[in-house]
Amino acid sequence: MPLSAVPPGRSVVLRRIRSGCVLGLHLAAMGFVPGVPLDVRQNTGNGPVIVGLKGTRVMLGRGMAEKMSVE
Amino acid sequence: MERITMALAGNPNSGKTTLFNSLTGSRQHVGNYPGVTVEKKEGTCRFEETEVNVVDLPGTYSLTAYSAEELVARNYILEEKPDVVVDVIDASNLERNLYLALQVMELGVPVVLAFNMSDMARARGIEFDIELLSSLLGVPIIPTVGNKNTGVQEMLGAAVRAARAGRPARVPDIHYGEEINQAFERIKDRLRECHTTTDDREARWMAIKLLEDDKEVAADIRSDELHETVRLERARIESVFGDSAETVIADRRYGFISGACQEAVRSTVEARHTRSDRIDEIVIHRLWGLPIFLGLMYLVFWLTFTIGTPPMHWLDSLFGWLGQTIGGLWPKGSDSILKSLLVDGIIGGVGGVMVFLPNIVLLFLAIAALEDSGYMARAAFLMDRVMHKIGLHGKSFIPMLTGLGCTVPAIMATRTLESQRDRLTTMLVLPLVSCGARLTIYTLIIPAFFPEQWRAPMLWIIYVIGMGLAVLCAKLLRSTIFKGETVPFVMELPPYRMPTLKGMAIHMWERAGLYLKKAGTIILAVSVILWALTSFPKVQDTDPHASPAERQAAELSYTLAGRIGHAMEPIIKPLGFDWRIGTAMIGAFAAKEVFVAQMGIVYSIGEADGESTPLRDKLRAAYSPLVGFCIMLFMLISAPCMATIAVTRRESNSWKWALFQLGGLTVMAYVLTLAVYQLGTLFGIGIK
Repeated sequence: MPLSAVPPGRSVVLRRIRSGCVLGLHLAAMGFVPGVPLDVRQNTGNGPVIVGLKGTRVMLGRGMAEKMSVE
Repeated sequence: MERITMALAGNPNSGKTTLFNSLTGSRQHVGNYPGVTVEKKEGTCRFEETEVNVVDLPGTYSLTAYSAEELVARNYILEEKPDVVVDVIDASNLERNLYLALQVMELGVPVVLAFNMSDMARARGIEFDIELLSSLLGVPIIPTVGNKNTGVQEMLGAAVRAARAGRPARVPDIHYGEEINQAFERIKDRLRECHTTTDDREARWMAIKLLEDDKEVAADIRSDELHETVRLERARIESVFGDSAETVIADRRYGFISGACQEAVRSTVEARHTRSDRIDEIVIHRLWGLPIFLGLMYLVFWLTFTIGTPPMHWLDSLFGWLGQTIGGLWPKGSDSILKSLLVDGIIGGVGGVMVFLPNIVLLFLAIAALEDSGYMARAAFLMDRVMHKIGLHGKSFIPMLTGLGCTVPAIMATRTLESQRDRLTTMLVLPLVSCGARLTIYTLIIPAFFPEQWRAPMLWIIYVIGMGLAVLCAKLLRSTIFKGETVPFVMELPPYRMPTLKGMAIHMWERAGLYLKKAGTIILAVSVILWALTSFPKVQDTDPHASPAERQAAELSYTLAGRIGHAMEPIIKPLGFDWRIGTAMIGAFAAKEVFVAQMGIVYSIGEADGESTPLRDKLRAAYSPLVGFCIMLFMLISAPCMATIAVTRRESNSWKWALFQLGGLTVMAYVLTLAVYQLGTLFGIGIK
């Protein structure tokens, strides 16, 4: 399921990111690697999604959140 | 004396800047524009007998070729070869911060890790065995607390020792796994064959980068065979692991890091964000977030005006007194050219601009507070929805806020935007965000024409018009020249921090100092030129029957500036502007503040008896509030200053965009001001 569909308060595990190579590397540098746990902190259905990841808070544009599949 | 160069690397929000400030204090400088590079903040400090030149690299998450800033950081380490790199690490967010550290270590330079904010980390229940971690990673680790100056000397000592020791004996031994190591070896063999490098460590680094599909490194390789090898190896890894090579490599690096952390770090509670999260529940709330943001912006302008006004009056009187004292050295009624140059040209021009320093300082202080506290990232979050509608994303909003201070650093701040289309769009519309120099014009005009209770709202309105136009233009650009999909956007929300006074003071001084420097250089020179233009040639014989005011007007019209202004008048008359404003507009191209300086000069020349009425009273007598508003509107939109054009040209790498920006904005300024003035006159709004 895409990250953008996860309601706030839920914890999920990142499976795959559909993205170009350079962006993928950047996301990896920020900690977005397969298997990492993510807590969805804010997701209002439109606008960016805020996730908690390894003790940091990261906001993802809606388009980005749609490209991340989680479990 | 021994001298070494030390580069500071680190994640955004790792407290790198605070550490840099406590290392170098006031002995730092930011490269200046136009022309000179700015990305490098440098400073010096001493450790025993060693002079340390400290370079603050941009904050990055890794050393890929993702954004211009990452490239700057990477190329600095690779090309300038600093004697030592200190990687500043947010100790309460170890794993992610160590990712960059690993990459720096892989470059094979001497590295020292500064575990910054270590007090916070301890308070939050994170305990680390520094010695063990240091031996696992193979680099010295020093715990520091940047804002309390703890551990900074120890860190310097470790850095100096590491620099003396030279290249480290080993790079961290990351277990990339058999498959990937084989791929590295095969690529390294090819690299050696085509003599790209003979150094084994460099070859390994290049192999890693090539396997990660790093475009920058790949672009330097001319051998087709090598590219083919890389392609094959990437395909092989992808088929084995079912994931791209770069994902697998990143995964292995994180594996190495969490392995090390598991042994050496114990975290009792995860509490880093609790306070921040509570603040965020209010500040970025879906309903209240935006009103809070707008309220904060209003507060910034309100403070700028109310607190800034008394010191502005003191400075005003000071320069008035200075002018009269210097003017008093000559006999009453003297028409000495030197007196006129000093009093009307220099004091009138430079003094007129300096008077606004308190307002500028306050505005810069407010922006520094927003930046240092972590609120900027929240503003980006709040604005993302709006920005999305115009085809940009929230990150573009941060340069726009910086643009409130000065457009030049704001254009440079667009480097954080990854997509070239987004970057150009943001760059081109940025001059529409009123900068500090334009605030000078508004603070002259608004009190001259508008009653007390209207001043702060008026200022706010002008800023909002600018922002609104920026939004519209961005939309227009994104749906025409820069058509294309919006790039996905990711950004960290740092925990809120109390801005330190020292940090804010340094931030503010960086910018206020630039304003002062500009007043002493460009504005001084332009003031003298404009003074000369408004003083020569002199009328030979004046009409003895004319009143002093008529004579003064005749004299001014006869000068070069008067002639240029008169020549311009047919064009600017429909906007409600006379030739005096016309000459000031030309001066404003050098720097927007010159507009104020020139109005000061035009209205003070010919005052034989030194009895000067404040400039605002003269303006009120000469123009209607509608003209006052039109002046602000025109100055808001029109031709950005020379420094802006120069930096746009440099950052966009082409004159085309710089000239497009200049022409487009000037035409838009003309059309809009024309419409406002004509409609205002038609409906009789603000005529007297």
